[in-house]
Amino acid sequence: MAFPLLTVTAAVPAVGAIATAAVPAGRRTAAKWLALGFSLATLVLAAVDAARFTPGGARYQLTESHAWIADFGVRYELGVDGIAVVLVLLAAVLVPFVMLAGWHDADVLDGHTPNRNWRPTQGFFALILLVEAMVVISFESTDVFLFYIFFEAMLIPMYFLIGGFGDRAGAKGEDEQAKQRSYAAVKFLLYNLVGGLIMLAAVIGLYAVTAHQLGGHGTFSLPQILQARASGQLRLSTTAERWIFLGFFFAFAVKAPLWPLHTWLPNAMGESTAPVAVLLTAVVDKVGTFAMLRYCIQLFPEASKWATPVILVLSVIGIIYGALLAVGQRDIKRLIAYASISHFGFIILGIFAMTSQGQGGATLYMVNHGISTAALLLVAGFLITRRGSRLISDFGGVQKVAPLLAGTFLVGGLATLSLPGLAPFVSEFLVLVGTFSRYPAAGVVATLGIVLAALYVLVLYQRTMTGPVKAGIEGMKDLKARELAVVAPLIALLVFLGVYPKPVTDLINPAVKDTLSDVHRTDPAPQINASLTAAAKETAK
Amino acid sequence: MNPINYLYLSALLFTIGGAGVLIRRNAIIVFMCVELMLNACNLAFVTFARLHGNLDGQIFAFFTMVVAAAEVVVGLAIIVTFFRSRHSASVDDASLMKL
Amino acid sequence: MDHLIGALIGAPLLGAGVLLVGGRRLDRVGHWIGCLLAAASFALGAALFVHMLGRPTGQRTLTSHLFSWVPVGGFRADVAFQLDQLSMTFVLLITGVGTLIHIYSVGYMAHDENRRRFFGYLNLFLAAMLLLVLADNYLLLYVGWEGVGLASYLLIGFWQHKPSAATAAKKAFIVNRVGDMGLSIAIMVLFTTFGTFSFAPVFSHATSASQAKLTVVGLLLLLGACGKSAQVPLQSWLGDAMEGPTPVSALIHAATMVTAGVYLVTRSGAVFNAAPTAQLAVCVVGAVTLMFGAIVGCAKDDIKKALAGSTMSQIGYMMLAAGLGPIGYVFAIMHLVTHGFFKAGLFLGAGSVMHAMNDEVDMRRYGGLRKYMPITYVTFGLGYLAIIGFPGLSGFWSKDKIIEAAFAKGGTEGWILGGVALLGAGITAYYMTRVMVMTFFGEPRWQPAPDPDEVPSVEPGIEVHPGELPHPHESPKSMTIPMVVLAVGSVLAGGLFSINSAFLKWLEPVTGHSEGHSPVSTWEVTAATLVVLAVGAALAWAQYGRAPVPVTAPRGSLLTRAARRDLLQDDFNHVVLVRGGEHLTRSLVYLDHSLVDGAVNGTAASVGGLSARLRQVQNGYVRSYAVSMLGGTAVVVAATLLMRAV
Repeated sequence: MAFPLLTVTAAVPAVGAIATAAVPAGRRTAAKWLALGFSLATLVLAAVDAARFTPGGARYQLTESHAWIADFGVRYELGVDGIAVVLVLLAAVLVPFVMLAGWHDADVLDGHTPNRNWRPTQGFFALILLVEAMVVISFESTDVFLFYIFFEAMLIPMYFLIGGFGDRAGAKGEDEQAKQRSYAAVKFLLYNLVGGLIMLAAVIGLYAVTAHQLGGHGTFSLPQILQARASGQLRLSTTAERWIFLGFFFAFAVKAPLWPLHTWLPNAMGESTAPVAVLLTAVVDKVGTFAMLRYCIQLFPEASKWATPVILVLSVIGIIYGALLAVGQRDIKRLIAYASISHFGFIILGIFAMTSQGQGGATLYMVNHGISTAALLLVAGFLITRRGSRLISDFGGVQKVAPLLAGTFLVGGLATLSLPGLAPFVSEFLVLVGTFSRYPAAGVVATLGIVLAALYVLVLYQRTMTGPVKAGIEGMKDLKARELAVVAPLIALLVFLGVYPKPVTDLINPAVKDTLSDVHRTDPAPQINASLTAAAKETAK
Repeated sequence: MNPINYLYLSALLFTIGGAGVLIRRNAIIVFMCVELMLNACNLAFVTFARLHGNLDGQIFAFFTMVVAAAEVVVGLAIIVTFFRSRHSASVDDASLMKL
Repeated sequence: MDHLIGALIGAPLLGAGVLLVGGRRLDRVGHWIGCLLAAASFALGAALFVHMLGRPTGQRTLTSHLFSWVPVGGFRADVAFQLDQLSMTFVLLITGVGTLIHIYSVGYMAHDENRRRFFGYLNLFLAAMLLLVLADNYLLLYVGWEGVGLASYLLIGFWQHKPSAATAAKKAFIVNRVGDMGLSIAIMVLFTTFGTFSFAPVFSHATSASQAKLTVVGLLLLLGACGKSAQVPLQSWLGDAMEGPTPVSALIHAATMVTAGVYLVTRSGAVFNAAPTAQLAVCVVGAVTLMFGAIVGCAKDDIKKALAGSTMSQIGYMMLAAGLGPIGYVFAIMHLVTHGFFKAGLFLGAGSVMHAMNDEVDMRRYGGLRKYMPITYVTFGLGYLAIIGFPGLSGFWSKDKIIEAAFAKGGTEGWILGGVALLGAGITAYYMTRVMVMTFFGEPRWQPAPDPDEVPSVEPGIEVHPGELPHPHESPKSMTIPMVVLAVGSVLAGGLFSINSAFLKWLEPVTGHSEGHSPVSTWEVTAATLVVLAVGAALAWAQYGRAPVPVTAPRGSLLTRAARRDLLQDDFNHVVLVRGGEHLTRSLVYLDHSLVDGAVNGTAASVGGLSARLRQVQNGYVRSYAVSMLGGTAVVVAATLLMRAV
């Protein structure tokens, strides 16, 4: 039997979570290093996964398959395609930075009670590792039921991270903050649980349909279902396909989030600490968009096409709406949350444009959005921790006292507004081109988003960083070595992927091609194929 | 005598017991009314045993008596404890379960 | 040689990287690193120029393919460069003027604590601008396009502690983004039409595309050009951009970046040639801006803003010429180059004057400076003569050709465009004479320096003694030498270009050229221009030279007041876009909270309310539970009986 690389990649952070949680109360620092070590080990494994993956080879690679709940056809099936392997890598890259940025976030909770088993720091890092493990296995799973379990289960550690380790930089008193925090955490949980519940119904529906049509036991295995459909054994009726599709899509649209199911995100991001907010929006939410691409489109191609117009409209609304609301925010983190909603609109737009540029761009966007949001939000977190407030109006003139902080914040902001040369530009442009080539109107309206993005980012920068130094900012310290160690690699990544995204696109492209062939969609051909004739001339020479 | 009359008596006793449970507030009386209802059932069981000519009903009557005895033990204990803490035997005072 | 094209961009990019990442430890040598790398890029450009001259006319295009950038499906964007005569012209202008301004900045920014960062940004600008003109496809051009926007943003807002500078920087970036949106949609249309957005295949197939598509592309490119080149209706940012340090205004907002729109239109000549409607739109935009900028330039008292109005107007000339098609491309670029010389020189002169006058920018408080600053006076004067088109100087050669070409468009359009261009020349003479006279002639109208606590210094690093009158003095050598070089360029460039139509022959293989059929002869145009010019200059002299200039501006006519406020464009923007936008976002924030979130919270609240009702049943009285049990039993019994009966 081959070495179960994917299982190990997911198991290492899970084991790390248990180990970290078991560290005795007095050994706080040891727990931090232990957790960081495990996350770095996961990163190494994820890199090995990516290196072992052959682009253009079999569709799902590094596969593992074991019977699990045989009576219901549930299998423990893992396998990655190019999209999954890239996203596993993204999660593995971001988690160590999240930990480093949140190095002292749980310290304030320590010593609040005489209970000798009170270990908030251990809990914080263990929960992060647990989320990582669940996210990784959701990306790796090729069994719908297995995916569902972890898709839902990751809500639990996230709930505690948001509710238990929230931001303490609010302006109001401790009680009011605790109330806001628990409101945000419960809202997050309820929204996603409702989505998950509806998805559960759809999962059962899928099982019932497969059981009915394939005879005997149904199956949850993605490769099996795809194969059965390709060979004509499995034919979903139009109505059934649409209902099951909607069930899946609703859950993912809540998670992603798509307008108008977005309202939990600003609360959750506003009330949690910056590292947790990064974990939420840059890692966990990506499972939603990833699942749209993998499950909605691959399992239900006809229904996806049927729903496309509505989804495109919703995502375009999301792009513009998110950006406009970001302009109107007074709270730094809520602003970034609304910016993320706008960006998720781009991702979903790209996925459902059903062109190779759109879907390739959307996948690349998931990666780039993860990195750029992490850069911006983590720097914003440093800023907020220093000032003890997250209201934009409490800042001003930071660049004078902390130029490095202001500079890195600007770079993060420029990445968010998709400045060419930084990674998000490539993906945003791909999404726009991909959308435009099939749905010009949607493409044009979405392009408005780039103007609005410039507006909210630069207004934020202007209000917080420029102008005369405000009261409460004077003594602000510049970035420390630990903080620089978080920001500098992220910025380097942004620049690298902006200039040379080919290593990632090479992984993504074959997977996108497979997905498109599932839907029987090809890219619209240009009216005059100048590139082909030019290539022909080259060869003639 | 026609055994059906016993059933009428049983129904009458059960109704008296039920009404007592619903109307009276003193826990002891409520408790006695419950006993009355149980005994009405016993009477019905025995009557049916006689009517059908087998012993099933009589056996069930014994079960009921045992259960009633057990219930008396537990119920009286609760009432006594309740009376000790509240100095009252009114069932309306035991309304902490409402939200 | 071809591989050196990358190094052309690489040198300043390296400088930017080193200076910005290097941190404070490079403070001492930073500016020299910046100058050195800019000069290296210029030297490289010159070497490539010589190399290019050595090749036959038809084979002067050099290409260099670095790597495949974004390959996804049929979408292929490469990092590849193309250096032809048009790009070469720009490379020499950018690196040449750029190097001079680097040197000037060494002196100008000597007292600024962030001088290293300033040079880092300048180098970044050079790299981005070179990328813009060297790219061989639209997407890479777009990278340079936004790159110069970024550099412009950083440099306008260089003195970030001044709220006005920060606001101006933001405004410039956002207005530019509106234009960029046009450019990016144009790229999308090109991709869907041609399957590529590389220059060569697009241009060679341009004629086979439908005219509607090409018109759309042309108009979208024009939108992009309007943003970057400050053309109406996206011109509002340029005046505010003068908040940046003066060398920035000279390099970016006069000589190079703002001309990128002209480059774009000229580069896309093949597309525009096949889309006459789009061409006409370019002409109209150019003509409108030409007048707009000239009128604004007449009313401004701030020397830099007056020059900014002039820049806008001169770029209007270039746009007008570029819109004329093959008749005008060459002259657009020629005017662009000569304008690069004299306008950069004028701005550097303005900077020198400000340096001498305690950062005063109001020309009403200058006067009589020619005695105190001879070098500045002479160089500025030569620039002045060049811009108004004094016979023999650069502007004369390039601007006259544009006016002539405008007439040569033919028909009513030709007469209108030619007339506007001619009138513009007169207004140019008027406002430039006004600037010249108010600054260097007449009696000194100097005012005591303001208290720096009350009015934050415009340009830092200059000792300001509150209450004292300024002591004008000539600027240091590092500043005067670039001014002298640029003045020489302003005098000679036009003439040199015109010897034997050298410039025309140089560019023709790229842009194409046709003479057109002018209804008026060259001599008539020249004569008319000279007359208009003389009238304009004389009017200005009569108004500002002979009569004393009041220190506080008179109220002025309605037009003057409107022109001082940039012809109310900002007011319009403020009322319609800014206020409207604020209301929109505010109401959306409210709606998001009350409607979208409210719907969800409302559902939650109604579930809560329902359960509150239901829990009333749970009253805790044993009796009521017993009743419900009784009722339940009765219902079950009744139902059973009923079922049996049925």
